[in-house]
Amino acid sequence: MVAITEFRNTKRELRAFRARILVAAAIVLAAFGALGARFVWLQLAQHQYYQTRAEDNRIAIVPLPPQRGLILDRNGRVLARNYSAYTLEISPRKVDDLERTIEALSALVEIGPRDRSRFAKHVAEARNAESLPIRTRLSDEEVARFAVNRYRFTGVEIKARLFRQYPFGSTASHVLGYIGRINERDLERLEALGVEANYRGSEYIGKRGIEASYEQSLHGATGLEQIEIDAAGRGIRTLSSNAARPGRNAALTLDIALQQVAETAFAGRRGALVALDPANGAVLAFVSMPGYDPNLFVDGIDVQSWKALNTSADRPLNNRAIAGLYPPGSTFKPFMALAALELGKRTPESAIQDPGYFMFGGRRYRDSHPGGHGTVDLRKSIVVSSDVYYYQLAHDLGIVAIAGFMQQFGFGARTGIDLDGEATGVLPSPQWKMKRFQRPGQRRWYAGETISIGIGQGYNAYTPLQLAAATAAIANGGALYRPHVVAYIEDPQSGARETVTPHLIRRIAVKPAHVAFVRDAMAGVNSEGTGARAFADAQYTSAGKTGTAQVIGIKQNEKYDAKKIDERLRDHSLFIAFAPLTSPKIALAVVVENEGFGSRAAATIARSVLDYYLLGKKPVAIEHSSAQNAGKPPAGNL
Amino acid sequence: MELARGTIRRLARSSVDSLDATLLTIALLLAALGIATLYSASDENPARVIGQLRHLGVALIAMWLIARMPPQVLMRFALPAYVVGLLLLVAVALFGDIANGARRWLNLGVTRFQPSEMMKIAMPLMLAWYFHRNEEDLRRRTFVVAGLLVAIPLFLIARQPDLGTALLVAAAGFYVIFFAGLSWKALGGLMAITLASLPPIWGLLHDYQRRRILTLLDPTQDPLGAGYHIIQSTIAIGSGGLSGKGWLNGTQSHLEFIPERHTDFIFAVYSEEFGLIGNCVLLVLYVLLIARGLAIAMQATTFFSRLLAGTISLMLFTYAFVNMGMVSGVLPVVGVPLPFLSYGGTALLTLFVAIGLLMSVHKDRTLGRN
Repeated sequence: MVAITEFRNTKRELRAFRARILVAAAIVLAAFGALGARFVWLQLAQHQYYQTRAEDNRIAIVPLPPQRGLILDRNGRVLARNYSAYTLEISPRKVDDLERTIEALSALVEIGPRDRSRFAKHVAEARNAESLPIRTRLSDEEVARFAVNRYRFTGVEIKARLFRQYPFGSTASHVLGYIGRINERDLERLEALGVEANYRGSEYIGKRGIEASYEQSLHGATGLEQIEIDAAGRGIRTLSSNAARPGRNAALTLDIALQQVAETAFAGRRGALVALDPANGAVLAFVSMPGYDPNLFVDGIDVQSWKALNTSADRPLNNRAIAGLYPPGSTFKPFMALAALELGKRTPESAIQDPGYFMFGGRRYRDSHPGGHGTVDLRKSIVVSSDVYYYQLAHDLGIVAIAGFMQQFGFGARTGIDLDGEATGVLPSPQWKMKRFQRPGQRRWYAGETISIGIGQGYNAYTPLQLAAATAAIANGGALYRPHVVAYIEDPQSGARETVTPHLIRRIAVKPAHVAFVRDAMAGVNSEGTGARAFADAQYTSAGKTGTAQVIGIKQNEKYDAKKIDERLRDHSLFIAFAPLTSPKIALAVVVENEGFGSRAAATIARSVLDYYLLGKKPVAIEHSSAQNAGKPPAGNL
Repeated sequence: MELARGTIRRLARSSVDSLDATLLTIALLLAALGIATLYSASDENPARVIGQLRHLGVALIAMWLIARMPPQVLMRFALPAYVVGLLLLVAVALFGDIANGARRWLNLGVTRFQPSEMMKIAMPLMLAWYFHRNEEDLRRRTFVVAGLLVAIPLFLIARQPDLGTALLVAAAGFYVIFFAGLSWKALGGLMAITLASLPPIWGLLHDYQRRRILTLLDPTQDPLGAGYHIIQSTIAIGSGGLSGKGWLNGTQSHLEFIPERHTDFIFAVYSEEFGLIGNCVLLVLYVLLIARGLAIAMQATTFFSRLLAGTISLMLFTYAFVNMGMVSGVLPVVGVPLPFLSYGGTALLTLFVAIGLLMSVHKDRTLGRN
């Protein structure tokens, strides 16, 4: 019985299935019929029309790539420009034996191993049908030699191309960035942006720095030329042309001379410096050392140079100024002092006894000055950089209050500078810890962790840019500006300018008297405290704060001995400063990696930058003065 | 000696037996047309042709392996293939490489792999197996679950976003459900829902996807961008005329007017050189291939085999129709290769695996009769 029903069901099902197969077949035939009708329409009915378009008027639409905008410094000095040069290019698709062709070409034109490896990279990354450069910047003689032998090489051409050049080499390389050939990834990004049509004919695109962040302004609009071509693809005449609109020039707020002074002052050491105009957040100098030569990237970097840049222990491609995270060390203390005054936890008069250590939870938190500083009030705590004062203060304020106050100064938040790759940093708080860690034991905030936050250690990690912007906010009385590198964008044809207006992130509600107190204490640092040596005989008033950031933790009873520690594990040297004291014109933050005490390395660099910016004085011998300081013990502590 | 020769002969026959001559002949004819066109499209440079021949070799071996397996064995792959495909799609969503503003590829170090391609086969296998298992009890719930089995990978692919592949995978799922016997009333309802959901879907589309559809309506709007492809490919097809310009003589393709002429737009090159006659030959070959597939479905002995063969046949139809439709300017550009003609190893492999599946079903019928 069961078997019979099943059989019947199957049979009926089968019939239904076959009916559906027939429906499907009908749909297939109808759809293909429609396609066939479309073909008949195109190929018979409209054949004449398309024939005409294809045969008689073979119109090639040729894109006219625009000239890329220049990059200038605040005084109009050119930092990135274009020049025209001849290149020898091969269309790999039109060449049977690439190796042999390159071999034959090298008899006419010098083709080095670097050219070959670069060409191989181009071939690997090439889009559809392109001609790719095997040699750039041909000499006139080489051009002539190839021209004579041209008939022997199908698929090889000489082309005049525009090249990007960065006349100052590695100076300000992390601001300028570089351009490179458009690769698959760029192309896909352009398509997502919906601007890929504007890049037909363009070969280069900004990859980093201003070149990348202002790509859409610098690139310009691609023109369009309609050319009639003959059966062999040669142009006969131009039918219409729609000129390219050149890219707009970007004028920076950067002063390249100041930049050079700052970079020279680093004397080959690793680190970063950001100098801002406290009145508006304009970036005056922006250093990340070591830099790299952006010119290397212009006609496609070869594999060896790329590897060298990428694998170097000094990480020259890292933009330390906005992506490097450093504990601020004692440069955090002025902000802590301001928090204490604002939140009413301290008065300028209240003083403590600093025995050289602070006991909490059975642990001894050491002062970097072994014997302590004796009686310490708020001003002295900044001038001599007492750790014990801030251990106690951090404990009294509590982590939530500290985080809440520091957040206003932009610590642990991206500033929004007009450069790519900015890091967020870490403003430690119980909430942050909850998010950051997985294990329950780690997610809790321990009171002991607050203690070292007070001296800018512990989980504190900020970019030099954040530190500079916060310093500028102290300098100008509480206005936190978004730093910006570009002053204005200018259309080279019409001269129309689009000025970048200063963007006030927030006005921090702090009492003027409190800021004035902290500024005065910071002036004390440079006149009588830990920055006094670096700022001896300065012809202007200035305020500063030294700092040392620990790279490794030191055990409780161990002494820090720079000589015994591996160079890369030594402390970082920091310095923040602004000048002149009344109506400051410049505020800055300096980090020198693995250099030890703040006054030794970072403060000296800050001094050179301020000297040049305020007095126009180029440092006589940076090397000399730093060598002098190097042998001596640090003046006071941090 | 005699015994050995007999064994070899038997082995040889058994390994060839599973191959269906009709299917193989049509597929190889199509592939041959593809290679001829490819040779022309690459300016008579043999490198790509050699590459495609290599792909063809790999694809044929895959087809042969699949064809040897009876459907009962293939069924066992359905669930694992589907689950692995699903996991890979999730992996793509989490760690995939971004290209085109879309996350479609898994970087395996050596090669980039597009799991959505795998779903093109895994989806019909899975659904056919699922319906087969529930053959005795095809209730509304069965179809709802089937709908979910389609919707989950569909959602993952659509949000990559890869609308073209999502539509093709959706079509594959729909075909299985259609052949499984979803009532006409429900089909009508499904159609109505689809039409009603078009406006909100338009709102969810990415800008470049909308542009592609708008460009279809008026290609001249963006002559340097997406419209360029359609304008140039219609010129190429139209100028081909009745008998074409002759092999290797297509001017539009050789003057580099046609973009992606090795892959998605190879039909423009073919059509320009072989004309309307060539197009009809191509259409007839596809019709024969699909008809053969549908015939195999009609004769198949199990529910699984019927669903699988029917669906694969309609998928072949869909790919061919969508590609030729887009190149001739009646459908939006969605990046679907022309079956058996376009250059590309993965697509060719998928196609011959599909042919292998048809052969497996066909052989099973023969065995059943014996």
